[in-house]
This record gives sequence, C-alpha cells and structure tokens, in this order.
Amino acid sequence: MMNSRQKSIWVFGDYRNYFQNRVTLQLISRAVDLSRIISAEVCAVILGHEIDEYIMEYTAHGADRIIAVDDPVLKNYNTELYVTLMEALVKERDPDIVLIGATDFGREFAPRMAKRLKTGLSADCVGLDVEADGLLIQTAPSFGGNMLAEIVTSRHRPQMATIRPGTFKEIPHNYERRSLVEKLPLMKNLPRPRIRLVEYERSVEKEHTIENAAVIVCGGRGMGNKKKFKKLNDLAKLLNGDVGATRPVVYAGWADHDALVGQAGKHIKPKILFSFGISGAIQHTAGLGEADFIIAVNKNPQATMMKMADVAIVGDTSDVLHTLIKELRKRIRD
Amino acid sequence: MLKLIVCLKQVPIVTELPWDEQAGTLRRDLASGMMNLACLHALEAALQIKEQYSADILAITMGPPAAEEVLREAIALGADRGIHLCDRIFAGSDTYATSWMLARTIKQECPDYDLILCGSYTSDSETAQVGPQLAEELDLPAAAYIEKLEIHGRTLRVRRLVDNFRETLEMEFPALVTVSLENYKPRYAGLSGLEAAFDTGNIDRLNAADVGINKSAIETDGSRTKVRKVFLRKANKENILLTGTAANVVGDFLSKYESKISWAIGKDIEEDRNDE
Ligand SMILES: Cc1cc2nc3c(=O)[nH]c(=O)nc-3n(C[C@H](O)[C@H](O)[C@H](O)COP(=O)(O)OP(=O)(O)OC[C@H]3O[C@@H](n4cnc5c(N)ncnc54)[C@H](O)[C@@H]3O)c2cc1C
Ligand SMILES: Cc1cc2nc3c(=O)[nH]c(=O)nc-3n(C[C@H](O)[C@H](O)[C@H](O)COP(=O)(O)OP(=O)(O)OC[C@H]3O[C@@H](n4cnc5c(N)ncnc54)[C@H](O)[C@@H]3O)c2cc1C
Repeated sequence: MMNSRQKSIWVFGDYRNYFQNRVTLQLISRAVDLSRIISAEVCAVILGHEIDEYIMEYTAHGADRIIAVDDPVLKNYNTELYVTLMEALVKERDPDIVLIGATDFGREFAPRMAKRLKTGLSADCVGLDVEADGLLIQTAPSFGGNMLAEIVTSRHRPQMATIRPGTFKEIPHNYERRSLVEKLPLMKNLPRPRIRLVEYERSVEKEHTIENAAVIVCGGRGMGNKKKFKKLNDLAKLLNGDVGATRPVVYAGWADHDALVGQAGKHIKPKILFSFGISGAIQHTAGLGEADFIIAVNKNPQATMMKMADVAIVGDTSDVLHTLIKELRKRIRD
Repeated sequence: MLKLIVCLKQVPIVTELPWDEQAGTLRRDLASGMMNLACLHALEAALQIKEQYSADILAITMGPPAAEEVLREAIALGADRGIHLCDRIFAGSDTYATSWMLARTIKQECPDYDLILCGSYTSDSETAQVGPQLAEELDLPAAAYIEKLEIHGRTLRVRRLVDNFRETLEMEFPALVTVSLENYKPRYAGLSGLEAAFDTGNIDRLNAADVGINKSAIETDGSRTKVRKVFLRKANKENILLTGTAANVVGDFLSKYESKISWAIGKDIEEDRNDE
C-alpha cells in the first residue's frame, strides 16, 4: 500500500476574547479551502485550560483534527511556554503550514516560534494561496498598506504566517460535525517562565480608536468651515464610525490632532472610508492604504482622491453630506 | 551602570518613495531615509532611563551606507556610541536573518548588556518580527508593545495593552522590549546637536567578516523567506463616478452599496417605503 505522508495545515487556536476574536475560525475556513488543493488535513491546536468549548467550536467550524493540551499551567497565555510546546508538537508531527492570527499575542508569539523552528514567517497577511506543490503564497501589506508583497518560504518547513483578523470569512458552524480529538498531556521538563504576569485586567479604554474603526468619515479643506465640518460627526455617529481629518483642517482647528490621518498622523484600515473635500495629497493617502472601500466626495472629479476611490461622487460636500445623513436616518434600523 | 542597546532602522520617507511602474518594484535605492518612528520611541525610552539612572546607550543599525545617519541622529539625541553593520551580503535579509546578524553583533561587541530596546514595528515592511526574534536568538525574556517601563534593581517592570488586556509584566535583566508609539514621545535634535554628532568618531562600521559572517554561514543561518513580488494595492479598483443632484447621487449610491454599509456597521439598512 502507498503510504504517502498525510499533509497537514495547522491553525493555532487563539481563543482569548473568543466572541470578538474570530480569527481562528476564519483561518480554519481558509485552511479548509487550501487543504482541498493540496489534499491536506486541517488541524487546530489548542493550548490552555478548560478548553472543551473551543474543541467543540473549532470542530463545528471545519477542523478535521484537534490537538489539545489542557492544563492549569496554561491558564493564561504565555509566550515562552507556548513556544516550547508548539516547538515540540511541530517537531513530532511535521505540519506543512502553520497559520496564526495576527492578534497582538500572535504577532509576539509567532516570530519566536518561527525562530525556534528555524523557519520563515510572514507578518499580518491579507491573502493566502497555495500552489499545487504545496508552496504557500503569503500576501502581506507594506508601506502603510499602499503596497502588497508576495512572500514565500521555499526551503524550510513549516511555512508560517500570521494573518490579519477579518481577512477571511468563517464557515458557519455545524455542531453535527466530528473531528479527531487528541488530548495530550503537558510536556515534562517545561522551562520555568522568566516572565511574571503581575497584573492584568480587561481594558475598555482603547477598544475604540480611529485605528481600529470599521467606518471612518474623513474631512478636508473642502468642507468649507468648522461648522460644516462638524456635521461629519453626525454621519460618523450614524455609522458607528470615527471622524478623521487632513492636516490643513487640523491646523485650522476644525478637528483635533488625534484625528489627523496620513504620514504625520494615523494609519487607518476601515472597511469603509468616506472622504469629503479632500484632494488626496500623498502625505494624506499614505495613511489610507488599508481602507477597503473608499467613497470620495469632491466638486472636482479630477482630484487624486476621486481617482483612488471605489465610488467618486461629484458634488458639493455639504449638499451630499446633508442628503446622505437624511437618507440614512430614514433607512437604518437599529 | 546600566548597559542599554537600542536597535534602529532607517526607512524611506514615504513622500519620496520612487515607484518603478515598468518593473513594478520599489526603487528603494533612490529613496532618502529617515529614522523609523517606533525606533525613535525606543531611543526615547532609553534616554529617559539614562536620565534617571546612570546608563550607557549603544545604538545599532544594519543597513546601507546612508543608514549611518540614524546613528548620528541617535548620538545627537544622547546615545553614547553607534555600530553600523554594513555589507552588501546583508541586503535583502528577512527578519530571521536580520535578527541573527544583530544578535551576532551584540554577542561580539556588547555581550554584557542589561536591556535591548527595539521599536515595535517599522513603517516600511511593518513585520514587527525583529524584536521577538532577536530575543529568541539571544534567549532573552521579552515583552512587545510596551508603553511604560520601570527598573527596580535588576528587575524590569513593563506595562502594555495587548488584545484589550492591560498587563503588567516583570522580568529580570538581561531582557528585551519593543516600544509602542503610545508613550515616550521622541525629542528632536537641534541642528547644532546634529552638526556636533557629525564630527564625533563614536561610530564603528562593521562588515560581515568583522562579525564572523560569510557566505556559507548565510546559506545556513540566513533568510528563510523571499519577497517574490511587490505591487500596488489599488491596481484593480472599479472607480465608479457618480454625478447629478445630491438626491440622485445619494440615492444611486445607497441602492448599490447599502448591503456593504450595513455589513460594515452591523445594522440593517432598508429602502424607505414611505418615500416611494
Ligand atoms: C511633511 C509633510 C507632512 C504632511 N503630513 C500630512 C498628513 O499626515 N496628513 C494630511 O492630511 N496632510 C499632510 N500634509 C499636507 C498635505 O500635503 C496636503 O496639504 C493636505 O493633505 C491637503 O488637505 P486637503 O485635502 O484637506 O486640502 P486641499 O488639498 O486644499 O483639498 C481640498 C479639496 O476639496 C475640494 N473642495 C473644495 N471645496 C469643495 C466643496 N465645496 N465641495 C466639494 N469639494 C470641495 C477641492 O476640489 C480639493 O480637492 C503634509 C505635508 C507635508 C509637507
Ligand atoms: C515588502 C517587504 C515585505 C517583507 N516581508 C517580510 C516577511 O513577511 N517576513 C520576513 O521575515 N521578512 C520580510 N521582509 C524583510 C524585512 O523587511 C527585513 O528583514 C527588515 O530588515 C526587518 O523587518 P522590518 O522592517 O519589518 O522590522 P520590524 O520587525 O518591523 O522592526 C522592529 C524593530 O526591529 C529593529 N530593527 C529592524 N530592522 C533593523 C535593522 N536593520 N537594524 C537595526 N534594527 C532593526 C528596530 O528596532 C525596529 O523598530 C520584507 C521586506 C519587504 C521589502
């Protein structure tokens, strides 16, 4: 009988903040797509304590196999322990690909793990594809998101990537699905962690900032004056979004410095960006590289911002804004 | 006396980033550089430690000849000396190789350091991987994205915000941190400081051989990843132009895209029936 080695794609089970943080489910979904191309199995690896719930969830969302290490020692995330455990598991099982969510934890943990395994890692990917021979094509943003780079790890295994949350869509759950669940004991002789978690608390202070807002309404000099500019707040409120501004507007005192978007200010990555009365100078657009969908409003159809937009609306900023707010108020249902 | 090492990278100034349309690559060779912002924050943290305790600051950069400027800037701001790791065979290193090369240099030139400070990420390739990988290479306890640090004897205490958890961590020296943009707002060097730094001889330039790296070492310990292609993100946008009265364009826009908006804001948007 042919005994060709079973290929496998691993997804690291990052379950902290489970209800907001869907990145593991999104990666399982993408891994399922990729696994069809290279006939691999999709395996989710969970390190933690009291993790049965996640075993069930990852199975329901598409994992073929679960490797779980459940121990009180792993109650809190710990980079050093996790790296040591993942190193041992990878060396024993030899997966082809390991995907990790680009959460703060993932981005601190994955580089150490890749280094320990002497393999490559790409950062914060926004695209993943695989070639028939198993080579993973990792697409990552650079230069404020204005450019994308295709990265490959050709000679070393596993191929590792961290992937930005929200890049892929999770597969709807199916609690009838079954997976192969392996519960492994904690390794012996784990090193004593050198980092002590003295204190931690869930924070609310930074959950909402312009850098992670899903909708941003940006205004420029074309808003005309401060009073008209302030109307952008109404649109932002309706859309659960934030207001951003260009430099002349911040200098004129229409908006706070915190709202400045661009090279000298914030880099933003909203799903939807409204850009009102902004010409599109490179110092401003340097901060917009990662906006998914841009709607620009400008009286001048030739403005750079209008060329960059998905939808370019020619018109007076205040007229369009006023009408848009009025229409949305009628249509949005809470 | 504390021994601090700050790792600094020079990045292209974005306004001047020349893009070669034909070849579809960046002409990084033509771009002029500046110190990466997060590196300035790391340097500021080191300078504040130096002001509070007695400390010696070594700034290290790896990069092309022009990268020496970031060391001069660092010295102008208060760093004591600089090491510039510069060799053609370093070009195109990924984070795996970069951290290995920085580690070799540190082990050779300043093995008795207490704390290494890196920026949290750079503005060009933005991987945020060099700090953690350098820590792994040197087998150090490390914390990324720190906002505040305190030193009590040989113990380092840091505060940070990760994945919506506010954490306080402690570790013993030697250690490594990557500094976020939240705090440690950088000071700026006056022109005179920069000029003075231009004359100081406190910068050593080392090539690969100086730190014991040759071609065959690069074969085994060098880059794991390769950038196959770099391309502009927005190449395939639709760019729909809407003109007409405000009522018309807004109506058009909403009928085409309300599902998209509704998805982004997580609320339902419905055609208003009273209007018809
Ligand atoms: C070193 C440096 C750093 C900089 N950093 C930043 C930065 O981080 N962020 C930033 O934003 N800028 C930055 N700038 C400034 C930048 O170069 C531009 O000057 C700025 O972005 C322009 O802002 P704007 O689009 O609001 O204004 P303008 O360029 O004046 O554009 C106004 C636009 O509004 C349109 N308009 C006018 N009236 C109406 C109307 N009634 N209805 C509809 N449209 C109308 C016009 O057609 C025009 O396109 C920087 C500059 C330098 C030199
Ligand atoms: C478009 C593009 C995409 C890339 N993608 C990847 C990738 O996915 N994976 C990969 O491994 N490599 C990648 N690289 C290579 C990577 O840019 C280099 O390894 C680079 O030297 C360091 O990465 P960084 O700029 O992302 O540093 P970061 O890890 O973001 O930098 C963090 C900190 O590390 C320190 N540091 C970084 N570089 C230096 C230096 N040269 N000298 C001194 N200190 C330094 C600084 O303190 C800095 O603030 C990519 C390169 C390009 C051009």
